[in-house]
Formats: sequence, structure tokens, C-alpha cells
Amino acid sequence: MQTIQSTSDSHSRRRNILEQTLHGITEAIEHAVFAEQISANAGFFQSLDARVKVISMLALLIGVSLSRSLLVIAAVYLLLLILAWSSAIPVDFFIKRVWLVLPFFTGLVVIPALFITPGPVLVHLPLGLVITATGVNTVLFLLLRVSTSVSLTLLLILTTPWNAVLSALSVLRLPDVFILVLGMTYRYIYLLLHLANDMFLSRKSRVVGYLSTSDNQHVLAAVSATLLGKSLDMSSEVYLAMVSRGFRGSIITLKPFKMRAKDWWWLSAFLAIAVVVIIMGR
Amino acid sequence: MFTESKRVKLLVIYYGALLLWLGTTAMHIPDGYLSPVTCIIMFLVALPFWIIGIRKMREKLNARSVPLIALLSAFSFVIMMFNFPIPGGTTAHAIGATIAAIILGPEPATIVVSIALLIQALFFGDGGITAYGANCFNMAITVPYIAYAIYWAFSKNQPLTSKRRLVGAFVGGWTGVTVAAFFAGVEFGIQPLLFHSANGTPLYAPYPLSVTIPAMVIPHALIASVAEGILAALVVAYLQRSNIAVLEAAEKPAVLGEAGGFQKLRALWIVLVVLIIASPLGLLAPGTAFGEWGSDELASRGLGYIPAGLQKLSGLWGAPFADYNLPALGNVNLGYIFSAVAGIVIIAVVVWLFSMLLTSDIRSKKSEH
Repeated sequence: MQTIQSTSDSHSRRRNILEQTLHGITEAIEHAVFAEQISANAGFFQSLDARVKVISMLALLIGVSLSRSLLVIAAVYLLLLILAWSSAIPVDFFIKRVWLVLPFFTGLVVIPALFITPGPVLVHLPLGLVITATGVNTVLFLLLRVSTSVSLTLLLILTTPWNAVLSALSVLRLPDVFILVLGMTYRYIYLLLHLANDMFLSRKSRVVGYLSTSDNQHVLAAVSATLLGKSLDMSSEVYLAMVSRGFRGSIITLKPFKMRAKDWWWLSAFLAIAVVVIIMGR
Repeated sequence: MFTESKRVKLLVIYYGALLLWLGTTAMHIPDGYLSPVTCIIMFLVALPFWIIGIRKMREKLNARSVPLIALLSAFSFVIMMFNFPIPGGTTAHAIGATIAAIILGPEPATIVVSIALLIQALFFGDGGITAYGANCFNMAITVPYIAYAIYWAFSKNQPLTSKRRLVGAFVGGWTGVTVAAFFAGVEFGIQPLLFHSANGTPLYAPYPLSVTIPAMVIPHALIASVAEGILAALVVAYLQRSNIAVLEAAEKPAVLGEAGGFQKLRALWIVLVVLIIASPLGLLAPGTAFGEWGSDELASRGLGYIPAGLQKLSGLWGAPFADYNLPALGNVNLGYIFSAVAGIVIIAVVVWLFSMLLTSDIRSKKSEH
């Protein structure tokens, strides 16, 4: 998530670049495994049809992004906390995962807006700085909106196996080919991550001492280029494997879902909530 | 409210904070920073590029393209996770869009990077779902098209092992990401201008264009763009040394496709898109465009009389978006942008229909032979 990391101690940083990447890769795999575990728990949201969840979350996301009222956004966030609790997601984890990472940085960025936005003065500070009411409002809007939106996505990911999310996307009228490609991509991401992991690890275990920036660049470029070559080779092998199993370019997807009365009920409930959010938020 | 020197000081704080912002969210715009209208417009802007990308894949690669696109999307995703070191002791994430464009051409590269971005947004919470169109426009469209055009300009008629290709890959990657950062800055910067509550509270990203554009462009030009450029150049160099077949395949028309109608006009399309995106900037310029004065404005500009013909004509054509304003939207600025996009869409549809008619004629002739 961090893109630019300035360093005071460039030596230790240089030594750590391979480790950082290794760490990042391991973390991504861990996240996915963790999400998979929670989505296998018995809970309220897990019991709903994936399509219901995808549509409900999208509707709420639109409601949140349209809202001009802080209270309405806060109410949606509260609803999400209740949903998380009823879905066997540790609530403290659900809060921390969002508030410690994303809005913490968003918060840092948005601080100047407290002082800069013109409006009625709320507090006088030393150095002639003032906090304006509009400034406070702006900051609250951005923080709440970003954290609530991220929580919405998080709730969906944590309670739904990834392949169910993908199949549910077909209700959005996305072409089947597109969903097939998405599913294959998701699978091969882990394969390529493992390959990259192995390459970094084997390289790192053969390194004694420091690598210069340019050495590190060459290692990363070599790993990237090797991955690229492997991906291209693998794609033709996968294609042949698909053809030998009868793939002719058209796709037949299994639709494992069946909407039950409960699903319809909750779908209308969530859509009603989204409509209320949109109307109240005007 | 503030004295001039304080304003300068505050501006410095501003930029400092925005650099931090950048460092964390980079170009992956999360949900909540962009207004729904901006999101919809960015989806509409990206849509033709997705259609072109898919059509291109169907034409040139057909069924084979399914695993190819899947694996390269996975590759692009993995590349985005690498901490790439750049001189000066910092690291940045490359997008990998330049490499994808060099290997596949820009149209399929758009699809490849878009899929990687979708998986990031859906399963890893990196980049927003409502902001997906904007993120795709910046990273999956701007970067591949610009990078490819520049790489191609450098390596045309050059041998596969030419050093000029490395320069082209670097300059292409650097320019692509820098321009993408500019677009991201514009997308952030128009928010407070267009979307605020009745008392002036910005509802989405709060900083104006004068802040967001330099805050996005400068650090990217120094860091992330450099990472993208160096990585692309080094990967091309590696392929030249040890896997030249990949570069060779990229040159083959069978894989890449000959320059089609769209490719020839690519530069024009890019300029057009730049203009659409830049159209909100017109809101910042005071006054009416030269030569677009209405009849009453002509009078106020010192033209003592109004040409009779003009007066007659001015009532003849009631434009659907009079003064670029849609009363239904209740906001002059919104109407302005909507008009710009609608205008371009209408022109584009007409041009597209014409070109379809023309090319279908040519195609049917070709198939006869």
C-alpha cells in the first residue's frame, strides 16, 4: 500500500528491499487465507446468496458516495459494524483494519483542509491559525466516506469466497469471458506470487553483504522478465490444456446459486436501506 | 482572512501533506475521494477503450487470448507488489503497464491492467470500486497508450537488440506515469470546484487544482514514473539478453496486429481524450471564449448595434444544452462538464458510425477476394 518510503538509513533499507518484497507477497497470501477462513465461518452475511451481497453492497456504496449528510454516512457505518458482528467477524479487527490503515493516511493529508477551507471560525490557535467549521466538516466528510466505503468492500470480501464473488458478478451483465478471465487471473496471481517468492528467496539466500540500488534493480528486473517469459509460455500451455478438455472459445458457466425466500427478503431490505440512504442523504 | 506570507506558509504545509497522501494512496484512488458524477464520467471515458481492447483481442488472438490475458493480468498484479528501488534510497511500485504495452500493444494492455486493477479493488481493497473507471483511465489507458507510442517512436526500424529500445522503454514509462499523475491531479482538483454543500463545504477531495496537480505530478515525476521507466527498460534489456523470442513475437503482426484504423489515429484520440478531461479547466477561465459572444454580449462589448441577421438567427436554434447548462442538474458547473462530454460523445458516435460504414465496405470487398 505504501508507495514511497523515504529512508534515513539507506544502507539497511537497501539490504531490505528483497525482504520487503518477500514480506509484501507473504502478507497478500496471508490476507487471502484469512479472508477465506472467515468466509467459511457460520454467520449472517455468509448465509446470504453472493448476488444479494454484491448488489446490496454496490447500492449502499452508491448511497454513501452520493450522501451530503454526515449522519447518514455514520448510520451506514454503524449498520456495517452490526453486520460484521452478526457475521462472526471480530469487530475490533473490522474497525482497526480500516481506521488504522486507510483513513490514518487520508487523515494526515486532509489536516491542512481544517485550516485552509474558508468559513466561520471555530477555534483560534496560536500562530494565527484558525480552525473553520467548514474545514471540520470537509475533514469529517472525507474520513467517514472513505472509511465507510472501504468497510463495505471489506465486509463483502470477508464474508464471501472469491469464486462466489466472481460468479455473482455475472448478475451485473458482465460477459462470461470476462468473468472466466478474472477467475483465472485470481488463481494465477497466487501461482506467480509463489514463483516470485521462490526467486527472491533463492536470490536472497545467495547474497552476502549489501546490494547496491542498481544491483537490486537488476534483480527485480530479472525476476520480472523471467515471470513475464513464464507467464507467456504458461499461457500457451494452459490454452492447449483447455483445448484438450474441449474448450472451443465459448464458455458455459455453472450457476451454483439459487435464490431462496430469505435472499429475496434481505435483498429488498438492503435495497430499501440504500434508497433511504440516498433520500436522507440529499 | 490570512496575510500573504501565512498563505505561503500554509501552502508549504499543504504540499507536504499532499506528498504524504500520494505516498500512501498513490494513483489508486479510493472510494470517497471522487464524486459520483466524476466516477460515472470516468467510466464513460474508459468504456470505448475497453471495447476496443476486447475487440482487438478477439480479432488477433481469439480463444487463445483467454489464458494469455489472464496470465499477463496476474503478472501485472504481481509487478505492482514489487518494491522497486530508485536512486536516492526510496522505493516505489511500478505499474507494469509499459511492459504489457510493449509486449501486447496498447489495446490488449488496457484490458490486462484493468483486470489487475479490478482484482486489487475487489479483493485487496486497493483503489475504490466507484473510482475504478478513473483508476483504469489513469493507469490502464493513459500509461499503455503513451508509453507504447513513445517506445514505438524510438524503436521503429531498429534491430531487436538496439539500445534505443531501452531508451524508448524508459522515456515511455516515465512519460506515461507522469501524464497519468497529471490526470489524477485533475480528477482530485475539480472536486472542490464542482461538488460542495450549500455553505461551501467540499464534500469530496478538498484541494483545488493549483494544489493537486503539482502534488501529484512532481513526486510521481521524481519517483514512481522513474521506477516504471527503469523497470521497463531493464526488463527489455533482460529480454534482449536472454529471451529475445518474446520481443520478436511482439513485432510479429500475427500477434500484435497491423496498424489498424484506430492505431493510425491513436495520437488524435489521445489528444481528444486529453481535451475532454481538460474541459473542466474552462470553468476556471473567466469570460466567454473569443468569438462565442451572444448577441447581448456583443452589445456590451462595444458593438453599437446587433447585426440584424444575427438577431434573427439567435432565436432559430435553441440548443438542448443552452449556455452549456442543464437546468435538471441544477448546477452550472455540472452542466458544463456534462455538455462537454455529451458533445464529444455525439461527435464520436457520428464519426464511429461513418467509419463503421466505410470499413465494413472495405472488409466485404476484402473477403470477396
